[in-house]
Amino acid sequence: MSAAVLTPEQQEFQEYARRWLAENAPPPAPERLPITPIEVMTTGQRDYLQAWQRKCYDAGLVGADYPTEYGGGGHEGFQRIANLEMGRARVPFLINIVGLNMAAPTILVHGTDQQKKKFVPGCLSGDEIWCQGFSEPGAGSDMANQQTSAVRDGDDWIVNGHKVWTSLGHFAKWMILITRTSKDHKYDGLTYFLCPIEGHAGVTVRPLVKITGEAGFNEVLFEDARVPDAYRLDEVGKGWTVAMTTLTYERGAAESAGSGGGDGPHPTQRLIDLARDTWRDGECAADDPVTRDAIMQRAIVAEGMKQNGRRARVPALCDHPMRLPLQQKLTSSEFVQDNARLGVEIAGAHSTLYKLDEKAPSEGYWPLAYMNSYGHTIAAGTNEIQRNILGERVLGLPKSK
Amino acid sequence: MATKNAAPRNFGFGEDETLLRDMARQFLDERLPVETLRGLVAEAPEPIYDEGQAPRWDAGLWKEIVELGWTGLAVDSEDGGAGVSLVGIAGVVEEVGRHALPSPLVSTLAASWVLREAGSDVAKAQLTRIAEGATATLAITGERGAWDPGAPALSARDEGDDLVLDGTACFVQDALKADCLLATARLGDDVVLCKVAPDATGLEIRADHIHDLTRDQATLRFANVRVGPDAIISRSALPALQRAWPALLVLVSADLCGTSEWQLQTTVEYAKQRKQFERQIGFFQAVKHPLVNAMVEIDRARSLLYHAACEIDRGADDAETAARMAKSAASDAGAFISDRSVQLHGGIGFTWECDVHIFFKRSLHNQALYGDGVHQRKRLASVMMGPIG
Ligand SMILES: Cc1cc2nc3c(=O)[nH]c(=O)nc-3n(C[C@H](O)[C@H](O)[C@H](O)COP(=O)(O)OP(=O)(O)OC[C@H]3O[C@@H](n4cnc5c(N)ncnc54)[C@H](O)[C@@H]3O)c2cc1C
Repeated sequence: MSAAVLTPEQQEFQEYARRWLAENAPPPAPERLPITPIEVMTTGQRDYLQAWQRKCYDAGLVGADYPTEYGGGGHEGFQRIANLEMGRARVPFLINIVGLNMAAPTILVHGTDQQKKKFVPGCLSGDEIWCQGFSEPGAGSDMANQQTSAVRDGDDWIVNGHKVWTSLGHFAKWMILITRTSKDHKYDGLTYFLCPIEGHAGVTVRPLVKITGEAGFNEVLFEDARVPDAYRLDEVGKGWTVAMTTLTYERGAAESAGSGGGDGPHPTQRLIDLARDTWRDGECAADDPVTRDAIMQRAIVAEGMKQNGRRARVPALCDHPMRLPLQQKLTSSEFVQDNARLGVEIAGAHSTLYKLDEKAPSEGYWPLAYMNSYGHTIAAGTNEIQRNILGERVLGLPKSK
Repeated sequence: MATKNAAPRNFGFGEDETLLRDMARQFLDERLPVETLRGLVAEAPEPIYDEGQAPRWDAGLWKEIVELGWTGLAVDSEDGGAGVSLVGIAGVVEEVGRHALPSPLVSTLAASWVLREAGSDVAKAQLTRIAEGATATLAITGERGAWDPGAPALSARDEGDDLVLDGTACFVQDALKADCLLATARLGDDVVLCKVAPDATGLEIRADHIHDLTRDQATLRFANVRVGPDAIISRSALPALQRAWPALLVLVSADLCGTSEWQLQTTVEYAKQRKQFERQIGFFQAVKHPLVNAMVEIDRARSLLYHAACEIDRGADDAETAARMAKSAASDAGAFISDRSVQLHGGIGFTWECDVHIFFKRSLHNQALYGDGVHQRKRLASVMMGPIG
């Protein structure tokens, strides 16, 4: 979107979105919802969130920028507005994050017309939940070290291998999957598929328990699973290039086509409220100068991220076009982590309580948020890897590969 | 004065501001490459510290700067200046910082902003002189080093139509190069603002020995210094000083963002060229990652800087909050990249020979000026969380 103010159409859409959200905010969830989509565990949570995404989609608040022939709204610059409004209205998040933020944009860039028609609408409506099969036991940060193989057999490919950390795999109908199709080249030997998961022969999904005690990601085993060649995305051997497209969207360096969902009050206000409600050594934590300083540091980072977003849209104020966009994943994930860490510190002894303890303040929010935050600093390429990328691509330092 | 408008999405940074900043960059690239800067400020260290103060600036270059109209950037066009927005000025001052320009420009711009907010006839006349090339500085901090303008250094008493000033003003930036000193003093319950000539009877200006090689600083002793009515800018100046304060923080933050960016780029270049263990040192993550961390901090400070300047330009209520956030971020980013810029240059970074020290010292000075990060956050907390207790 340009730096200009909203067009009349965009303004009208903004008003519409605001009104619709005020009138259609869903009833409270039947059971407590997790902090992010990748913690969704039960079918009750899933059904509730899937119904909400469908409703938002039908109202035109999801996929608003996508071409109409692929189930979108066909209006440039609308999705950002919808996302902002969803955040503002503090409605539940959209569950299908892999479908929305990774699969759909990647298919749009690399898919055939048929593939776009078949897959994109389900991503947007949330009717078809997606997961991402990039990581393997031996291919995490070194993502091109894929061992899962795909071997051609007539019109099909036969897939064998082992994927891990597959968020939402337990609910997924589809997976974006990287495989090895040639052992001769590390990067050029990879091929990218859109792979059926739910109930598919040769595919086993097994849950893994997270640091928080919740389930919610999985390992996925492929034993002679058949994938039709029609589900191959882009050319054989182009898997790395396609995966880079996915990662660009996943890491937020490209303007993402949809996400939204509110995550409660402003993070600084949350910390201030916590400090006001907490006693430390017989005094109100909000009166402790060290705590005050720490909260103000967080407030400055929060405002800085907001203003970075604004500056990124003013090319004259950015010396390198990718300098700010590539910082997005690094800064936002560490922001969440540092905030949660401070929350744990302020809450003090109360942070020892797990959410099931009735004395746990805010239903155990702070320690869980803190532990959960490592999901963001590790997933989508660890922040160490993000620093390598920034150092090499933006500062031009020598490559560590 | 600025009217309240909606915040422009581009921070009010348009073609004119871009052009102004790019011209400033080009001019300083040509006239003040780092070799020239070194010749100007960093040769023969001992005499410099011995004499306390040497005029480490290029008078010819300053004349060109005056001709370019930079002293009048913050002066309204009706008073003979360019009337540039603070966002536009911030762009120029960033370039000034990036080249560590030794000059009283930032002090003069800060003084202009105070005069603008004061707005009296005496203030306007002085602004016209500044637009014509006069330099100015502020004498507002006392021996106890209060950073905000409510506790002036001097005391004043009425004698007929005149005021008589007594006391000591400390940390007066570029005082040896200023044509006009703007001093604040307590008069009963009020804070007065007046201008004092450097050669006024009873005024002693003693240069401080400072580390920053690109400016000077002095302690001003006032003993019965008489100020006539034509030099009294305001008898009740506190509101004007408080309105101007965020702009002063923005000016120093802009200078800091400029020095920090120079330090980052220079250290990155060194990391690409210096080899150890048969590799460029920038290959190693112990070198690469801190440079990325510095970039992140500098970018945060820059975005907060433009935001603060923009809020001041449009007279927004949160101007002070925004400016304190910007100064806190700029001070901390400056401290971090200063530290890494010396360390990652290794042994050469520890020497007077390496240009890094010039920027290190300017940054160190600016980090403290008008309050460091901790001070800004203390004030922010009282706004955002209320007073303690
Ligand atoms: C909550 C969560 C959800 C996830 N969801 C998915 C998903 O849905 N689909 C999917 O495919 N994957 C997913 N992942 C996997 C994630 O992408 C990987 O965990 C990640 O890329 C790191 O790989 P690894 O776990 O093998 O760690 P490793 O690569 O073994 O890294 C271990 C440590 O070494 C560091 N390190 C490694 N190489 C370097 C280097 N070159 N320079 C500096 N440091 C280095 C890392 O930063 C890390 O600190 C998820 C992970 C988490 C935590």
